[in-house]
Amino acid sequence: MIVRRLAYAGPLVALLLACTFFALQSPRFLTGANLSLVLQQVMVVGVLAIGQTLVILTGGIDLACGMIMALGSITMSLLAVKHGWHPAVAIAGGMSVTTLAGMVNGLLVTRIKLPPFIVTLGTMNIAFAVTQLVSRAQTFTDLPPLLTWLGHGVRMGNTPIAYGALAMLLLYGFAFVLLRETAAGRHVYAVGNNLESARLAGINTNRLLLSVYMLSGLCAGVAALLSIARTGVGDPQSGQTENLDTVTAVVLGGTSLFGGRGIVVGSLVGALIVGVFRNGLTLMGVSSVYQILVTGVLVILAVATDQWSRKS
Amino acid sequence: MSDPTAPLVLEARGLAKCYGHVTALDGTDFEVRAGEIMAVIGDNGAGKSSLIKALSGALIPDGGEIWLDGARVHFTGPSDARRAGIETVYQDLALAPAMSITENLFLGREHRRPGIAGSLLRVLDRQRMEREAAEHLQQLGIGIRSITQAVETLSGGQRQGIAVARSAAFARHVVILDEPTAALGVKESSMVLDLITRVRDRGLSVILISHNMPHVFALADRIHIQRLGRRAALVNTRDVSMADAVAVMTGAVEWPAALQTNAV
Repeated sequence: MIVRRLAYAGPLVALLLACTFFALQSPRFLTGANLSLVLQQVMVVGVLAIGQTLVILTGGIDLACGMIMALGSITMSLLAVKHGWHPAVAIAGGMSVTTLAGMVNGLLVTRIKLPPFIVTLGTMNIAFAVTQLVSRAQTFTDLPPLLTWLGHGVRMGNTPIAYGALAMLLLYGFAFVLLRETAAGRHVYAVGNNLESARLAGINTNRLLLSVYMLSGLCAGVAALLSIARTGVGDPQSGQTENLDTVTAVVLGGTSLFGGRGIVVGSLVGALIVGVFRNGLTLMGVSSVYQILVTGVLVILAVATDQWSRKS
Repeated sequence: MSDPTAPLVLEARGLAKCYGHVTALDGTDFEVRAGEIMAVIGDNGAGKSSLIKALSGALIPDGGEIWLDGARVHFTGPSDARRAGIETVYQDLALAPAMSITENLFLGREHRRPGIAGSLLRVLDRQRMEREAAEHLQQLGIGIRSITQAVETLSGGQRQGIAVARSAAFARHVVILDEPTAALGVKESSMVLDLITRVRDRGLSVILISHNMPHVFALADRIHIQRLGRRAALVNTRDVSMADAVAVMTGAVEWPAALQTNAV
Protein backbone atom coordinates (compact mmCIF):
# COMPACT_ATOMS: atom_id res chain seq x y z
CA MET A 1 0.00 0.00 0.00
CA ILE A 2 2.69 2.46 1.04
CA VAL A 3 4.82 1.42 -1.91
CA ARG A 4 1.91 2.02 -4.27
CA ARG A 5 1.25 5.43 -2.80
CA LEU A 6 4.96 6.17 -3.29
CA ALA A 7 4.70 5.01 -6.89
CA TYR A 8 2.09 7.72 -7.42
CA ALA A 9 4.09 10.37 -5.53
CA GLY A 10 7.33 9.35 -7.27
CA PRO A 11 6.81 11.35 -10.47
CA LEU A 12 5.94 14.47 -8.48
CA VAL A 13 9.07 14.09 -6.36
CA ALA A 14 11.14 13.64 -9.53
CA LEU A 15 9.60 16.78 -11.01
CA LEU A 16 10.34 18.81 -7.88
CA LEU A 17 13.92 17.49 -7.75
CA ALA A 18 14.44 18.41 -11.40
CA CYS A 19 13.03 21.90 -10.77
CA THR A 20 15.28 22.37 -7.75
CA PHE A 21 18.32 21.24 -9.73
CA PHE A 22 17.67 23.60 -12.63
CA ALA A 23 16.79 26.47 -10.31
CA LEU A 24 20.25 26.08 -8.75
CA GLN A 25 21.89 25.87 -12.17
CA SER A 26 20.19 28.80 -13.85
CA PRO A 27 18.71 31.92 -12.23
CA ARG A 28 16.36 32.27 -15.18
CA PHE A 29 14.70 28.89 -14.65
CA LEU A 30 12.44 29.76 -11.75
CA THR A 31 11.01 32.93 -13.30
CA GLY A 32 7.30 33.20 -14.09
CA ALA A 33 8.00 33.82 -17.74
CA ASN A 34 10.12 30.69 -18.08
CA LEU A 35 7.70 28.42 -16.20
CA SER A 36 4.90 29.76 -18.36
CA LEU A 37 7.00 28.88 -21.40
CA VAL A 38 7.47 25.32 -20.12
CA LEU A 39 3.71 25.03 -19.73
CA GLN A 40 3.19 26.22 -23.32
CA GLN A 41 5.83 23.80 -24.56
CA VAL A 42 4.13 20.84 -22.96
CA MET A 43 0.51 21.72 -23.67
CA VAL A 44 0.31 19.85 -26.98
CA VAL A 45 1.91 16.66 -25.65
CA GLY A 46 -0.01 17.14 -22.41
CA VAL A 47 -3.41 17.09 -24.08
CA LEU A 48 -2.46 14.18 -26.36
CA ALA A 49 -1.25 12.32 -23.26
CA ILE A 50 -4.76 12.48 -21.73
CA GLY A 51 -6.07 10.32 -24.58
CA GLN A 52 -2.97 8.16 -24.46
CA THR A 53 -3.50 7.58 -20.71
CA LEU A 54 -7.07 6.40 -21.29
CA VAL A 55 -5.94 4.01 -24.02
CA ILE A 56 -2.98 2.68 -21.99
CA LEU A 57 -5.18 2.21 -18.90
CA THR A 58 -7.32 -0.18 -20.94
CA GLY A 59 -4.17 -2.14 -21.79
CA GLY A 60 -3.82 -0.71 -25.30
CA ILE A 61 -1.59 1.89 -26.92
CA ASP A 62 -2.23 4.69 -29.40
CA LEU A 63 0.77 5.12 -31.71
CA ALA A 64 -1.26 7.25 -34.12
CA CYS A 65 -2.32 10.16 -31.87
CA GLY A 66 0.41 12.52 -33.12
CA MET A 67 -0.31 11.84 -36.78
CA ILE A 68 -4.04 12.15 -36.20
CA MET A 69 -3.31 15.49 -34.58
CA ALA A 70 -1.39 16.59 -37.71
CA LEU A 71 -4.34 15.48 -39.82
CA GLY A 72 -6.64 17.52 -37.60
CA SER A 73 -4.56 20.68 -37.80
CA ILE A 74 -4.31 20.39 -41.57
CA THR A 75 -8.06 19.85 -41.85
CA MET A 76 -8.74 22.93 -39.73
CA SER A 77 -6.35 25.17 -41.69
CA LEU A 78 -7.44 23.79 -45.05
CA LEU A 79 -11.13 24.37 -44.35
CA ALA A 80 -10.53 27.86 -42.94
CA VAL A 81 -7.92 29.16 -45.41
CA LYS A 82 -8.56 27.38 -48.68
CA HIS A 83 -12.29 26.80 -48.48
CA GLY A 84 -13.06 29.94 -46.53
CA TRP A 85 -15.22 28.22 -43.93
CA HIS A 86 -16.00 30.07 -40.74
CA PRO A 87 -13.08 29.30 -38.38
CA ALA A 88 -15.40 27.87 -35.72
CA VAL A 89 -16.86 25.44 -38.25
CA ALA A 90 -13.36 24.61 -39.49
CA ILE A 91 -12.32 23.78 -35.91
CA ALA A 92 -15.38 21.58 -35.46
CA GLY A 93 -14.59 19.91 -38.79
CA GLY A 94 -11.01 19.16 -37.73
CA MET A 95 -12.12 17.74 -34.42
CA SER A 96 -14.72 15.57 -36.15
CA VAL A 97 -12.02 14.17 -38.43
CA THR A 98 -9.73 13.29 -35.52
CA THR A 99 -12.59 11.75 -33.53
CA LEU A 100 -13.57 9.69 -36.58
CA ALA A 101 -9.95 8.55 -36.94
CA GLY A 102 -10.06 7.47 -33.28
CA MET A 103 -13.30 5.64 -34.03
CA VAL A 104 -11.61 3.74 -36.86
CA ASN A 105 -8.92 2.64 -34.37
CA GLY A 106 -11.59 1.62 -31.88
CA LEU A 107 -13.63 -0.34 -34.43
CA LEU A 108 -10.56 -2.23 -35.66
CA VAL A 109 -9.63 -3.09 -32.06
CA THR A 110 -13.13 -4.14 -30.95
CA ARG A 111 -14.75 -5.59 -34.09
CA ILE A 112 -11.82 -7.14 -35.96
CA LYS A 113 -10.03 -7.90 -32.66
CA LEU A 114 -6.63 -6.69 -33.89
CA PRO A 115 -3.96 -5.75 -31.33
CA PRO A 116 -3.98 -1.97 -30.65
CA PHE A 117 -0.24 -1.76 -31.38
CA ILE A 118 -0.74 -3.02 -34.94
CA VAL A 119 -3.96 -1.07 -35.56
CA THR A 120 -2.47 2.26 -34.53
CA LEU A 121 0.83 1.53 -36.28
CA GLY A 122 -1.21 1.17 -39.45
CA THR A 123 -3.41 4.21 -38.90
CA MET A 124 -0.33 6.24 -37.93
CA ASN A 125 1.08 5.72 -41.41
CA ILE A 126 -2.28 6.21 -43.09
CA ALA A 127 -2.95 9.45 -41.19
CA PHE A 128 0.54 10.71 -42.10
CA ALA A 129 0.05 9.92 -45.79
CA VAL A 130 -3.44 11.45 -45.91
CA THR A 131 -2.10 14.58 -44.19
CA GLN A 132 0.64 14.94 -46.81
CA LEU A 133 -1.81 14.31 -49.67
CA VAL A 134 -4.53 16.75 -48.65
CA SER A 135 -2.03 19.48 -47.72
CA ARG A 136 0.22 18.73 -50.72
CA ALA A 137 2.93 18.74 -48.02
CA GLN A 138 2.55 22.50 -47.66
CA THR A 139 2.35 24.57 -44.51
CA PHE A 140 -0.71 26.80 -44.14
CA THR A 141 -0.11 30.37 -43.02
CA ASP A 142 -2.31 33.47 -42.62
CA LEU A 143 -4.74 31.62 -40.39
CA PRO A 144 -7.82 33.42 -39.02
CA PRO A 145 -7.31 34.74 -35.47
CA LEU A 146 -9.79 32.30 -33.89
CA LEU A 147 -7.52 29.36 -34.81
CA THR A 148 -4.58 30.87 -32.95
CA TRP A 149 -6.61 32.35 -30.08
CA LEU A 150 -5.52 29.66 -27.61
CA GLY A 151 -1.95 30.92 -28.03
CA HIS A 152 -2.89 34.21 -26.39
CA GLY A 153 -3.55 34.48 -22.73
CA VAL A 154 -3.99 36.46 -19.58
CA ARG A 155 -1.26 38.07 -17.53
CA MET A 156 -0.93 37.38 -13.85
CA GLY A 157 1.44 40.09 -12.74
CA ASN A 158 4.43 39.68 -15.03
CA THR A 159 3.60 36.10 -15.93
CA PRO A 160 1.67 35.42 -19.13
CA ILE A 161 -0.57 32.36 -19.00
CA ALA A 162 -1.74 31.01 -22.36
CA TYR A 163 -5.38 30.06 -22.74
CA GLY A 164 -4.13 26.82 -24.23
CA ALA A 165 -2.28 25.93 -21.04
CA LEU A 166 -5.42 26.70 -19.03
CA ALA A 167 -7.43 24.52 -21.42
CA MET A 168 -4.97 21.68 -20.85
CA LEU A 169 -5.27 21.99 -17.05
CA LEU A 170 -9.07 22.07 -17.36
CA LEU A 171 -9.06 18.92 -19.48
CA TYR A 172 -6.85 17.16 -16.94
CA GLY A 173 -9.27 18.10 -14.18
CA PHE A 174 -12.15 16.80 -16.26
CA ALA A 175 -10.38 13.52 -17.08
CA PHE A 176 -9.39 13.08 -13.43
CA VAL A 177 -13.00 13.36 -12.23
CA LEU A 178 -14.27 11.16 -15.07
CA LEU A 179 -11.83 8.36 -14.26
CA ARG A 180 -12.25 8.59 -10.49
CA GLU A 181 -15.86 9.41 -9.88
CA THR A 182 -17.88 7.76 -12.63
CA ALA A 183 -18.70 4.14 -13.35
CA ALA A 184 -17.42 4.50 -16.91
CA GLY A 185 -14.10 5.72 -15.52
CA ARG A 186 -13.77 2.79 -13.15
CA HIS A 187 -14.67 0.44 -16.00
CA VAL A 188 -11.64 1.76 -17.91
CA TYR A 189 -9.50 0.38 -15.08
CA ALA A 190 -11.50 -2.85 -14.91
CA VAL A 191 -10.99 -3.49 -18.63
CA GLY A 192 -7.25 -2.86 -18.24
CA ASN A 193 -7.09 -5.20 -15.24
CA ASN A 194 -8.74 -8.07 -17.05
CA LEU A 195 -10.83 -7.64 -20.19
CA GLU A 196 -12.61 -10.98 -19.87
CA SER A 197 -13.56 -10.61 -16.22
CA ALA A 198 -14.84 -7.10 -16.93
CA ARG A 199 -17.01 -8.51 -19.72
CA LEU A 200 -18.29 -11.26 -17.45
CA ALA A 201 -19.12 -8.62 -14.82
CA GLY A 202 -21.59 -7.22 -17.32
CA ILE A 203 -19.55 -4.31 -18.67
CA ASN A 204 -20.02 -3.60 -22.38
CA THR A 205 -16.29 -3.76 -23.02
CA ASN A 206 -16.52 -3.12 -26.76
CA ARG A 207 -18.50 0.08 -26.31
CA LEU A 208 -16.11 1.22 -23.59
CA LEU A 209 -13.00 0.58 -25.71
CA LEU A 210 -14.58 2.31 -28.70
CA SER A 211 -15.33 5.41 -26.62
CA VAL A 212 -11.79 5.43 -25.23
CA TYR A 213 -10.24 5.44 -28.72
CA MET A 214 -12.73 8.09 -29.85
CA LEU A 215 -11.81 10.24 -26.83
CA SER A 216 -8.16 9.84 -27.76
CA GLY A 217 -9.09 11.08 -31.24
CA LEU A 218 -10.93 14.04 -29.71
CA CYS A 219 -7.88 14.86 -27.58
CA ALA A 220 -5.82 14.81 -30.80
CA GLY A 221 -8.31 17.35 -32.20
CA VAL A 222 -7.85 19.68 -29.23
CA ALA A 223 -4.08 19.17 -29.44
CA ALA A 224 -4.27 20.07 -33.15
CA LEU A 225 -5.83 23.40 -32.25
CA LEU A 226 -3.19 23.96 -29.54
CA SER A 227 -0.42 23.11 -31.98
CA ILE A 228 -1.78 25.66 -34.49
CA ALA A 229 -2.09 28.23 -31.72
CA ARG A 230 1.46 27.63 -30.55
CA THR A 231 3.17 27.74 -33.96
CA GLY A 232 0.73 30.03 -35.77
CA VAL A 233 0.63 27.73 -38.81
CA GLY A 234 -0.96 24.48 -39.96
CA ASP A 235 2.03 22.21 -40.34
CA PRO A 236 1.73 18.80 -42.06
CA GLN A 237 5.07 17.79 -40.49
CA SER A 238 3.81 18.24 -36.92
CA GLY A 239 2.99 15.39 -34.58
CA GLN A 240 5.95 13.18 -35.40
CA THR A 241 7.80 13.51 -32.12
CA GLU A 242 4.57 13.93 -30.13
CA ASN A 243 3.49 10.38 -31.03
CA LEU A 244 6.00 8.71 -28.74
CA ASP A 245 6.43 11.69 -26.40
CA THR A 246 2.91 10.95 -25.14
CA VAL A 247 3.92 7.39 -24.25
CA THR A 248 6.97 8.80 -22.45
CA ALA A 249 4.76 11.22 -20.50
CA VAL A 250 2.27 8.51 -19.52
CA VAL A 251 4.97 6.09 -18.39
CA LEU A 252 6.93 8.77 -16.50
CA GLY A 253 3.65 9.65 -14.81
CA GLY A 254 3.48 6.23 -13.21
CA THR A 255 0.81 4.60 -15.40
CA SER A 256 1.54 0.96 -16.14
CA LEU A 257 1.99 0.04 -19.81
CA PHE A 258 0.23 -3.23 -19.00
CA GLY A 259 -2.99 -1.37 -18.23
CA GLY A 260 -5.30 -1.09 -15.26
CA ARG A 261 -3.05 1.02 -13.02
CA GLY A 262 -2.23 4.69 -12.99
CA ILE A 263 -3.64 8.18 -12.64
CA VAL A 264 -4.19 10.64 -15.46
CA VAL A 265 -2.72 13.62 -13.59
CA GLY A 266 0.53 11.64 -13.45
CA SER A 267 0.78 12.03 -17.23
CA LEU A 268 0.72 15.81 -16.83
CA VAL A 269 3.57 15.47 -14.33
CA GLY A 270 5.32 13.14 -16.80
CA ALA A 271 4.93 15.65 -19.63
CA LEU A 272 6.20 18.39 -17.32
CA ILE A 273 9.26 16.31 -16.36
CA VAL A 274 10.24 16.00 -20.02
CA GLY A 275 9.45 19.70 -20.57
CA VAL A 276 11.45 20.82 -17.54
CA PHE A 277 14.48 18.75 -18.56
CA ARG A 278 14.40 20.12 -22.11
CA ASN A 279 13.95 23.68 -20.92
CA GLY A 280 16.48 23.44 -18.09
CA LEU A 281 19.16 21.81 -20.19
CA THR A 282 18.62 24.44 -22.88
CA LEU A 283 19.07 27.19 -20.29
CA MET A 284 22.31 25.47 -19.20
CA GLY A 285 23.42 25.50 -22.83
CA VAL A 286 23.40 21.71 -23.19
CA SER A 287 22.91 20.43 -26.73
CA SER A 288 19.48 19.08 -27.63
CA VAL A 289 20.93 15.64 -28.35
CA TYR A 290 21.64 15.26 -24.62
CA GLN A 291 18.05 16.22 -23.86
CA ILE A 292 16.88 13.27 -25.95
CA LEU A 293 19.43 11.06 -24.21
CA VAL A 294 18.14 12.13 -20.79
CA THR A 295 14.54 11.49 -21.85
CA GLY A 296 15.45 7.96 -22.89
CA VAL A 297 17.16 7.23 -19.59
CA LEU A 298 14.19 8.66 -17.67
CA VAL A 299 11.72 6.39 -19.45
CA ILE A 300 13.72 3.28 -18.65
CA LEU A 301 14.10 4.39 -15.02
CA ALA A 302 10.36 5.01 -14.77
CA VAL A 303 9.38 1.58 -16.08
CA ALA A 304 12.02 -0.13 -13.93
CA THR A 305 10.65 1.66 -10.84
CA ASP A 306 7.13 0.62 -11.80
CA GLN A 307 8.09 -3.05 -12.10
CA TRP A 308 10.15 -2.99 -8.94
CA SER A 309 7.36 -1.43 -6.90
CA ARG A 310 4.92 -4.04 -8.21
CA LYS A 311 7.11 -6.94 -7.14
CA SER A 312 7.66 -5.80 -3.57
CA MET B 1 -29.13 -30.52 4.76
CA SER B 2 -31.62 -29.28 2.25
CA ASP B 3 -35.29 -30.12 2.09
CA PRO B 4 -35.93 -32.94 -0.44
CA THR B 5 -39.43 -31.61 -1.08
CA ALA B 6 -38.19 -28.12 -1.92
CA PRO B 7 -39.14 -27.02 -5.44
CA LEU B 8 -36.64 -27.09 -8.28
CA VAL B 9 -35.18 -23.65 -8.85
CA LEU B 10 -33.12 -24.33 -11.92
CA GLU B 11 -33.70 -27.19 -14.30
CA ALA B 12 -32.23 -28.17 -17.66
CA ARG B 13 -33.51 -30.86 -20.02
CA GLY B 14 -31.62 -32.38 -22.92
CA LEU B 15 -28.95 -29.70 -23.30
CA ALA B 16 -26.81 -30.27 -26.37
CA LYS B 17 -23.73 -28.50 -27.66
CA CYS B 18 -21.26 -29.44 -30.39
CA TYR B 19 -17.99 -27.78 -31.31
CA GLY B 20 -17.35 -29.03 -34.82
CA HIS B 21 -16.97 -32.79 -34.45
CA VAL B 22 -16.61 -32.62 -30.68
CA THR B 23 -19.79 -33.21 -28.68
CA ALA B 24 -19.50 -31.33 -25.42
CA LEU B 25 -23.08 -31.79 -24.25
CA ASP B 26 -25.03 -34.83 -25.43
CA GLY B 27 -28.53 -34.19 -24.14
CA THR B 28 -27.65 -33.60 -20.52
CA ASP B 29 -30.22 -32.96 -17.77
CA PHE B 30 -29.65 -30.87 -14.69
CA GLU B 31 -31.56 -29.72 -11.62
CA VAL B 32 -31.04 -27.90 -8.37
CA ARG B 33 -33.55 -27.33 -5.57
CA ALA B 34 -34.08 -24.21 -3.54
CA GLY B 35 -31.54 -23.88 -0.73
CA GLU B 36 -29.49 -26.85 -1.89
CA ILE B 37 -25.79 -27.29 -2.61
CA MET B 38 -25.48 -29.32 -5.80
CA ALA B 39 -22.00 -30.51 -6.65
CA VAL B 40 -21.07 -31.14 -10.27
CA ILE B 41 -18.23 -33.59 -10.74
CA GLY B 42 -16.81 -35.18 -13.85
CA ASP B 43 -13.60 -36.03 -15.61
CA ASN B 44 -11.89 -33.56 -17.92
CA GLY B 45 -13.89 -33.36 -21.13
CA ALA B 46 -17.09 -34.70 -19.53
CA GLY B 47 -18.84 -31.44 -20.38
CA LYS B 48 -18.83 -29.85 -16.91
CA SER B 49 -17.75 -26.43 -18.05
CA SER B 50 -20.06 -26.45 -21.07
CA LEU B 51 -22.97 -27.33 -18.77
CA ILE B 52 -22.07 -24.56 -16.36
CA LYS B 53 -21.57 -22.07 -19.16
CA ALA B 54 -24.99 -22.91 -20.59
CA LEU B 55 -26.58 -22.37 -17.17
CA SER B 56 -24.75 -19.08 -16.64
CA GLY B 57 -25.49 -17.75 -20.12
CA ALA B 58 -21.88 -17.77 -21.32
CA LEU B 59 -22.75 -20.39 -23.95
CA ILE B 60 -25.88 -20.78 -26.05
CA PRO B 61 -26.76 -24.50 -26.31
CA ASP B 62 -27.65 -26.03 -29.70
CA GLY B 63 -30.63 -27.79 -28.16
CA GLY B 64 -32.50 -28.40 -24.91
CA GLU B 65 -34.42 -26.31 -22.43
CA ILE B 66 -33.55 -24.33 -19.31
CA TRP B 67 -36.19 -23.55 -16.71
CA LEU B 68 -35.70 -21.06 -13.90
CA ASP B 69 -38.23 -20.84 -11.09
CA GLY B 70 -40.84 -22.61 -13.20
CA ALA B 71 -40.42 -20.49 -16.33
CA ARG B 72 -38.56 -21.28 -19.52
CA VAL B 73 -35.55 -19.02 -20.04
CA HIS B 74 -33.30 -18.26 -23.02
CA PHE B 75 -29.97 -16.74 -22.07
CA THR B 76 -28.07 -14.97 -24.84
CA GLY B 77 -25.23 -13.77 -22.61
CA PRO B 78 -23.93 -13.72 -19.03
CA SER B 79 -25.87 -10.51 -18.32
CA ASP B 80 -29.16 -12.29 -19.12
CA ALA B 81 -28.50 -14.96 -16.54
CA ARG B 82 -27.41 -12.36 -14.00
CA ARG B 83 -30.55 -10.34 -14.54
CA ALA B 84 -32.54 -13.53 -14.00
CA GLY B 85 -30.84 -13.99 -10.62
CA ILE B 86 -28.03 -16.44 -11.42
CA GLU B 87 -24.54 -15.33 -10.38
CA THR B 88 -21.37 -17.11 -11.43
CA VAL B 89 -17.88 -17.03 -9.93
CA TYR B 90 -15.55 -17.97 -12.75
CA GLN B 91 -12.27 -19.60 -11.93
CA ASP B 92 -9.41 -17.05 -12.19
CA LEU B 93 -11.68 -14.50 -13.84
CA ALA B 94 -13.60 -13.20 -10.91
CA LEU B 95 -11.86 -10.00 -9.87
CA ALA B 96 -9.92 -6.96 -11.06
CA PRO B 97 -6.72 -7.18 -8.96
CA ALA B 98 -5.67 -3.52 -8.90
CA MET B 99 -9.12 -2.30 -7.90
CA SER B 100 -10.48 -2.03 -4.37
CA ILE B 101 -12.72 -4.56 -2.66
CA THR B 102 -15.70 -2.23 -2.85
CA GLU B 103 -15.12 -1.52 -6.53
CA ASN B 104 -14.92 -5.23 -7.24
CA LEU B 105 -18.10 -5.97 -5.32
CA PHE B 106 -20.03 -3.36 -7.30
CA LEU B 107 -18.25 -3.74 -10.65
CA GLY B 108 -20.81 -3.28 -13.41
CA ARG B 109 -23.54 -2.48 -10.84
CA GLU B 110 -22.29 0.74 -9.30
CA HIS B 111 -24.56 2.98 -7.25
CA ARG B 112 -24.76 6.57 -8.38
CA ARG B 113 -25.35 9.56 -6.17
CA PRO B 114 -28.93 10.68 -5.72
CA GLY B 115 -30.13 13.76 -7.59
CA ILE B 116 -28.54 15.55 -10.51
CA ALA B 117 -25.00 14.54 -9.53
CA GLY B 118 -25.93 10.91 -10.15
CA SER B 119 -28.45 11.09 -12.97
CA LEU B 120 -26.90 13.79 -15.13
CA LEU B 121 -23.23 13.86 -14.11
CA ARG B 122 -23.21 10.12 -13.34
CA VAL B 123 -21.12 10.55 -10.20
CA LEU B 124 -20.62 7.41 -8.13
CA ASP B 125 -21.93 7.12 -4.58
CA ARG B 126 -18.72 5.89 -2.98
CA GLN B 127 -19.88 6.19 0.63
CA ARG B 128 -23.02 4.14 0.02
CA MET B 129 -21.10 1.42 -1.81
CA GLU B 130 -18.44 1.27 0.90
CA ARG B 131 -21.06 1.11 3.64
CA GLU B 132 -23.00 -1.64 1.91
CA ALA B 133 -19.83 -3.56 1.09
CA ALA B 134 -18.71 -3.49 4.71
CA GLU B 135 -22.13 -4.60 5.96
CA HIS B 136 -22.36 -7.40 3.44
CA LEU B 137 -18.89 -8.77 4.16
CA GLN B 138 -19.60 -8.63 7.89
CA GLN B 139 -22.86 -10.55 7.47
CA LEU B 140 -21.02 -13.27 5.61
CA GLY B 141 -18.32 -13.35 8.26
CA ILE B 142 -15.50 -12.21 6.01
CA GLY B 143 -12.98 -10.32 8.11
CA ILE B 144 -11.28 -7.62 6.06
CA ARG B 145 -9.31 -4.80 7.60
CA SER B 146 -10.16 -2.20 4.99
CA ILE B 147 -12.66 -2.45 2.15
CA THR B 148 -10.76 0.24 0.25
CA GLN B 149 -7.64 -1.92 -0.10
CA ALA B 150 -6.79 -3.39 -3.48
CA VAL B 151 -7.83 -6.99 -4.07
CA GLU B 152 -4.25 -7.91 -5.03
CA THR B 153 -3.13 -7.22 -1.46
CA LEU B 154 -5.39 -10.04 -0.18
CA SER B 155 -4.56 -13.73 0.25
CA GLY B 156 -5.96 -16.25 -2.22
CA GLY B 157 -8.66 -17.34 0.22
CA GLN B 158 -9.72 -13.78 0.96
CA ARG B 159 -9.93 -13.05 -2.77
CA GLN B 160 -12.12 -16.07 -3.33
CA GLY B 161 -14.20 -14.90 -0.36
CA ILE B 162 -14.74 -11.54 -2.03
CA ALA B 163 -15.73 -13.21 -5.30
CA VAL B 164 -18.24 -15.48 -3.54
CA ALA B 165 -19.55 -12.56 -1.50
CA ARG B 166 -20.16 -10.58 -4.67
CA SER B 167 -22.18 -13.37 -6.22
CA ALA B 168 -24.15 -13.87 -2.99
CA ALA B 169 -24.90 -10.16 -2.79
CA PHE B 170 -26.60 -10.03 -6.17
CA ALA B 171 -27.95 -13.55 -6.75
CA ARG B 172 -31.67 -14.02 -6.24
CA HIS B 173 -31.82 -17.73 -7.08
CA VAL B 174 -28.57 -19.51 -7.82
CA VAL B 175 -24.84 -19.06 -7.21
CA ILE B 176 -22.52 -21.02 -9.49
CA LEU B 177 -18.99 -21.58 -8.18
CA ASP B 178 -16.32 -22.94 -10.53
CA GLU B 179 -13.54 -24.67 -8.57
CA PRO B 180 -13.70 -22.22 -5.65
CA THR B 181 -11.06 -24.03 -3.60
CA ALA B 182 -8.55 -24.76 -6.35
CA ALA B 183 -5.10 -23.35 -5.53
CA LEU B 184 -6.04 -22.71 -1.89
CA GLY B 185 -4.34 -24.07 1.20
CA VAL B 186 -6.15 -26.19 3.80
CA LYS B 187 -7.04 -23.34 6.14
CA GLU B 188 -8.12 -21.03 3.35
CA SER B 189 -10.19 -23.78 1.75
CA SER B 190 -12.13 -24.44 4.93
CA MET B 191 -12.81 -20.72 5.23
CA VAL B 192 -14.29 -20.68 1.73
CA LEU B 193 -16.28 -23.87 2.40
CA ASP B 194 -17.80 -22.27 5.52
CA LEU B 195 -18.69 -19.26 3.44
CA ILE B 196 -20.44 -21.41 0.83
CA THR B 197 -22.54 -23.02 3.59
CA ARG B 198 -23.53 -19.58 4.86
CA VAL B 199 -24.54 -18.55 1.34
CA ARG B 200 -26.78 -21.64 1.14
CA ASP B 201 -28.21 -20.84 4.58
CA ARG B 202 -29.40 -17.52 3.19
CA GLY B 203 -31.76 -19.55 0.99
CA LEU B 204 -29.75 -19.48 -2.22
CA SER B 205 -29.06 -22.57 -4.30
CA VAL B 206 -25.38 -23.26 -4.87
CA ILE B 207 -23.91 -25.16 -7.81
CA LEU B 208 -20.41 -26.25 -6.88
CA ILE B 209 -18.04 -27.49 -9.58
CA SER B 210 -15.07 -29.17 -7.99
CA HIS B 211 -12.40 -31.79 -8.50
CA ASN B 212 -11.86 -32.01 -4.77
CA MET B 213 -13.87 -35.04 -3.57
CA PRO B 214 -13.46 -34.38 0.18
CA HIS B 215 -14.80 -30.86 -0.33
CA VAL B 216 -17.70 -32.13 -2.44
CA PHE B 217 -18.64 -34.72 0.16
CA ALA B 218 -18.27 -32.28 3.03
CA LEU B 219 -20.57 -29.71 1.45
CA ALA B 220 -22.96 -31.03 -1.18
CA ASP B 221 -26.52 -32.19 -0.55
CA ARG B 222 -26.60 -33.98 -3.88
CA ILE B 223 -24.03 -34.77 -6.56
CA HIS B 224 -24.49 -34.50 -10.31
CA ILE B 225 -22.00 -36.83 -12.01
CA GLN B 226 -21.26 -35.74 -15.57
CA ARG B 227 -19.79 -38.20 -18.03
CA LEU B 228 -19.45 -38.14 -21.84
CA GLY B 229 -21.68 -35.11 -22.18
CA ARG B 230 -24.54 -36.58 -20.13
CA ARG B 231 -25.67 -36.88 -16.56
CA ALA B 232 -24.35 -40.31 -15.59
CA ALA B 233 -25.91 -40.15 -12.14
CA LEU B 234 -27.70 -37.87 -9.70
CA VAL B 235 -27.23 -39.03 -6.14
CA ASN B 236 -27.78 -37.98 -2.55
CA THR B 237 -24.36 -37.44 -1.07
CA ARG B 238 -25.16 -39.62 1.97
CA ASP B 239 -26.19 -42.55 -0.28
CA VAL B 240 -22.89 -42.90 -2.07
CA SER B 241 -19.28 -43.47 -1.16
CA MET B 242 -16.47 -41.39 -2.50
CA ALA B 243 -15.05 -44.45 -4.25
CA ASP B 244 -18.38 -45.16 -5.98
CA ALA B 245 -18.75 -41.59 -7.14
CA VAL B 246 -15.26 -41.61 -8.62
CA ALA B 247 -15.92 -45.00 -10.25
CA VAL B 248 -19.08 -43.67 -11.96
CA MET B 249 -17.30 -40.49 -12.91
CA THR B 250 -14.46 -42.33 -14.63
CA GLY B 251 -16.75 -44.92 -16.22
CA ALA B 252 -15.36 -47.85 -14.24
CA VAL B 253 -18.90 -48.59 -13.03
CA GLU B 254 -22.28 -47.89 -14.64
CA TRP B 255 -24.64 -46.43 -12.09
CA PRO B 256 -27.68 -48.71 -11.90
CA ALA B 257 -30.63 -46.93 -13.44
CA ALA B 258 -33.06 -48.10 -10.74
CA LEU B 259 -30.86 -46.92 -7.90
CA GLN B 260 -30.45 -43.59 -9.62
CA THR B 261 -34.19 -42.88 -9.61
CA ASN B 262 -34.41 -44.05 -6.00
CA ALA B 263 -31.71 -41.66 -4.98
CA VAL B 264 -33.56 -38.78 -6.50
